[in-house]
Amino acid sequence: MAMEMDILYLFITAVSAFFVVLVAALTLIFAIKYRRRHPDEVGADIHGSLVLELTWTFIPFVLSMVMFVWGADLFYRLARPPADSMDMFVVGKQWMWKVQHPAGVREINQMHVPIGRNVRIFLGSEDVLHDYSIPAFRVKMDAVPGKITTMWFKATQAGTYHIFCAEYCGTKHSGMIGEVIAMEPQDYEAWLAGGRSTGTAVENGERLFSTLSCNTCHKPDSTGRGPSLHGVFGSTVQLADGRKVVADENYLRESIMNSQAKVVQGFQPIMPAFQGMVSEENLMQLIAYIKTLKPAAPADAVKK
Amino acid sequence: MATVPQQENHSYLGAPYGLAAWLLTKDHKRIAILYLISITIFFAVGGMFAAGIRLELTTPQGDLWSPDMYNKLFTLHGVVMIFFFLIPSIPAVLGNFMLPIMIGAKDLAFPRINLLSWYIYVVGAIITLAAVFAGGLDTGWTFYTPYSSISSETAVTTAALGVFVTGFSSILTGLNFIVTVHRMRAPGMTWFRLPLFVWAQYATSLVMILGTPVIAITVLLVAAERALHLGIFDPKLGGDPVLFQHLFWFYSHPAVYIMILPGMGVMSELVAAVSRKQVFGYGFVAFSSLAIAILGFLVWGHHLFVSSQSIYAGLVFSIITMLVAVPSAVKTFNWAATMYKGSVTWESPTYWVLGFMGLFTIGGLTGLFLATMGLDIHLTDTYFVVAHFHYIMVGGAIMAYMGGLHFYWPKMTGKMFSEAGAKASAILVFVGFNFTFFPQFLLGYLGMPRRYHAYPAEPIWQVLNVLSSAGASILALGYLLPAFYFTYSLFKGKAAPANPWGATGLEWQVPSPPPTFNFDEDPVVNEPAYHYKPRHEVHVNG
Repeated sequence: MAMEMDILYLFITAVSAFFVVLVAALTLIFAIKYRRRHPDEVGADIHGSLVLELTWTFIPFVLSMVMFVWGADLFYRLARPPADSMDMFVVGKQWMWKVQHPAGVREINQMHVPIGRNVRIFLGSEDVLHDYSIPAFRVKMDAVPGKITTMWFKATQAGTYHIFCAEYCGTKHSGMIGEVIAMEPQDYEAWLAGGRSTGTAVENGERLFSTLSCNTCHKPDSTGRGPSLHGVFGSTVQLADGRKVVADENYLRESIMNSQAKVVQGFQPIMPAFQGMVSEENLMQLIAYIKTLKPAAPADAVKK
Repeated sequence: MATVPQQENHSYLGAPYGLAAWLLTKDHKRIAILYLISITIFFAVGGMFAAGIRLELTTPQGDLWSPDMYNKLFTLHGVVMIFFFLIPSIPAVLGNFMLPIMIGAKDLAFPRINLLSWYIYVVGAIITLAAVFAGGLDTGWTFYTPYSSISSETAVTTAALGVFVTGFSSILTGLNFIVTVHRMRAPGMTWFRLPLFVWAQYATSLVMILGTPVIAITVLLVAAERALHLGIFDPKLGGDPVLFQHLFWFYSHPAVYIMILPGMGVMSELVAAVSRKQVFGYGFVAFSSLAIAILGFLVWGHHLFVSSQSIYAGLVFSIITMLVAVPSAVKTFNWAATMYKGSVTWESPTYWVLGFMGLFTIGGLTGLFLATMGLDIHLTDTYFVVAHFHYIMVGGAIMAYMGGLHFYWPKMTGKMFSEAGAKASAILVFVGFNFTFFPQFLLGYLGMPRRYHAYPAEPIWQVLNVLSSAGASILALGYLLPAFYFTYSLFKGKAAPANPWGATGLEWQVPSPPPTFNFDEDPVVNEPAYHYKPRHEVHVNG
C-alpha cells in the first residue's frame, strides 16, 4: 500500500510540476516579451476566447477526476481491514500509547509486529483526540474518545519505524511518540513468548463479563433480563424505537457505556451505564469477548 | 471613458483633524485607514509568534520554550493571523477604501455600521488579547474538542468570546458590501461593468454573512460545554467530538475563501493594470469567484478524512473539493492570458503579481494532494498541510494584499513610495517565503506532524527545519521593509498624481487622495471595465 501511495504521490507531483512550470513560463515570457516600451502604450484589444476557456476548464476537470478516483480507491481499501488480519488493541491517553497484542502481551509506546502479516488495529482514546500515525507505512487514524476506530497495515521489512501522535492533544503532544518494531515472524513469536501475558483480550473480556456481572442478565439462552449476546455481533438488531442497527464494535461500545441510547426491542431500559466505570482497554477486551460468542441455538435468533 | 467632472481637491485626509474626528468618522476611507493600522499591528504580533515557533524548531529538542509555551505560540499565531489579520485584511482595508469609489458611490450603504464593525473588531481583539494575558490559549486555532472543552487549562472561554465578537465585524462588513453593490452603483455601472475586485468582494461577502454565524455558534457551544458542562462535544457527557469538527470546518473552510477570494479580486485589478489590457475572459473570472464561494461551502468534510467520518461522506467531499480546482485553474490561466499581448510594465506592482502567480499556483496544486483521499491519510496533520495552506494564505492572500497595498497606496495617501524599496521587498518576500515553506512539503512527506514542539533528531529533518527558519528571517525582512519606505513616503514621498499607473477605473479618475465624498458630481459610466484605448495607434501591442 505504501508503494501504491507513493506512485499516486509521484503522479500528482508530476501533474503539479507541469502546471507550475507552464504558468510560470507563460507569465514570465509574456511579461518580458510584451514589456511596455512606451509610456503611452496599451495592450491589444482581446476580450477572451471561448475555446481556450473550455480547454482550461476541461483539462483540469479531467485530471482532478482521475486523482479523485485513484485516491478514493486507495482510501476505500485502506479503510477496510482484510479478514485474515491479526487484531491489536491500541489506546491513546495523554500522553502515551498502550498496546495490547492478541496473545495478551502489553507494551507502552512500542508495538512489535511480525512482517508479512496484515495487522488490524482497534483504536480508542481515554481522554481527548489523538491520532496513531506510522508514516513509514503511510497510515494514520484518529483515536476518537467515545468511539472505536480501525486501521490496518502490513509491514514488509524488518526494522524500527516512528509512531507519532498526529492530532494535537496538549502539553506533551510531541512526546506522545513511539516505535513500531517489525520482526521476522519467528522473532515475533520468540518476543511474545518472552513477554508477560495477563491473558488474551478474549480471556480478559470473559473475566470482566463476569466480574462486572454482565452475565447475570445477558444469559446465553435469552432467559435473562437482557438480550442474549450470543451471535449478536454483526447481526441486525431491532430497537425498541423501531430502528434497526447493525451490531458492530461501536454499537456494542455505546450499549455498554451509554446503555439507554439504543434499547433492544422487548427489553426494559434497566441496564446501568458503564461510562466512567470501564476503561477503554477493558472495553475493547469485553467487545473482543462478545464477538466470540456464537449463537447457542437457532431459537435464540428470534430475540435479536 | 467614464465622465468625472473636474473637481477641486479637498482630500479626505484634510480637516477635520484630531483623534475624535478620526475615531468618530463615517468616511469609508478613514475607516479603511483605521483598519489598516489595526491589522498591521496584529500582523506584527502574529509574526512575532511565528518567529518564536521557527526559533524553537531550529533544533530537534524542545529547548527554547516549555512545551506549554510552544503550544500557546502556535495557537496564538493562528488565531491572530486568521481572525485579526487575514480575514479583515483585503476586505476591510482595500475593499472599504476602494469598493465605493470603484462603483461610483459616495460611501458604503451604511457608514455608521461600517464604523461599528471596526469598533466590534477592536473589542473582539481586546478580549482575545485579554485571553493571551489571562493564561494564553493552547488549543490550536482549531479549538478541537474535547481538548478545548475539558482538558485545556488556558483561557479558552475568553478567547472564544473574542472570536465570537469579532465575527460580527465580518458579518456587518459583508452585509454593507452586498447592499452597497446592489444599491449604490453609479448610473451606467451595470453588473458586467463592475471591476472584478468588486465581484470578488461580493462573493466574499456572501460567504461572510452565511458562514460566520456558524463559527460564532460553535465557539459559544465550546464555551457552554466548558463552563456549564452541557454535553455537546464530550462523549463522557453524551456529546460527539466529531460534531465539533463538522461545525468548525463548515465555517473555517469557507473562511479560507474569505481570505483568498479578495486576493483573487486584487489580482484581477493588478494584472489588468500592469498589462494595460482587458482582463481575459471577464465573465469566466467573475463567475469563477461565485463558483468558488458556493463550492467552498460544500467541501468542509475534506478536513475529516481520518476522523472516523463515513467513507461515503468522504467520497462526496473529496469529489466536490476536486471541483474547486477548476474555477481556480480558470482564474490562473485567465490572468496569464491577460498578459498576452499586453503592455506589461515592470513597476513594483508587477513584482507582486508575478510572485502571487507562482506561489498561488503551487498552493492550489498542492491542495489536490490533500483532496485525494488515499494520499490525505499520509499527508494530513503533517507539515505538508502547513506548507500548503501557507502557500495559499501567505503566498496567495498576503502577496495579493501587499500587491494591492502598493498599487493603491498612492491613491490612499497621495504619496509615491520608493520603487526600489518595493521591488526589493517583493523579491525578499518571494525568496524568503519559498525557503520557509517549500522544505515543509518535504518534512510533511517524511511524516513530521504539525504542532510538534520537539521532533526526532534525524539529520534531514533538522536540515529542512533550519532551512525553513532561515527562510523565515528573509521573509521577515521582506515584510519589515515596507514599514520603512511607506512611512518615509508619508513625509517625504513625491505627491501622487490621480492615475500614477495609467490604469482605468473610476478610482483612478478622482484625485489622490480622494475628496471626502469621492465625487463632487455623480459619475456616469458608459463603458466596460478595463477599457484600455490607445492614445496613439502605433503603441498598441500586437
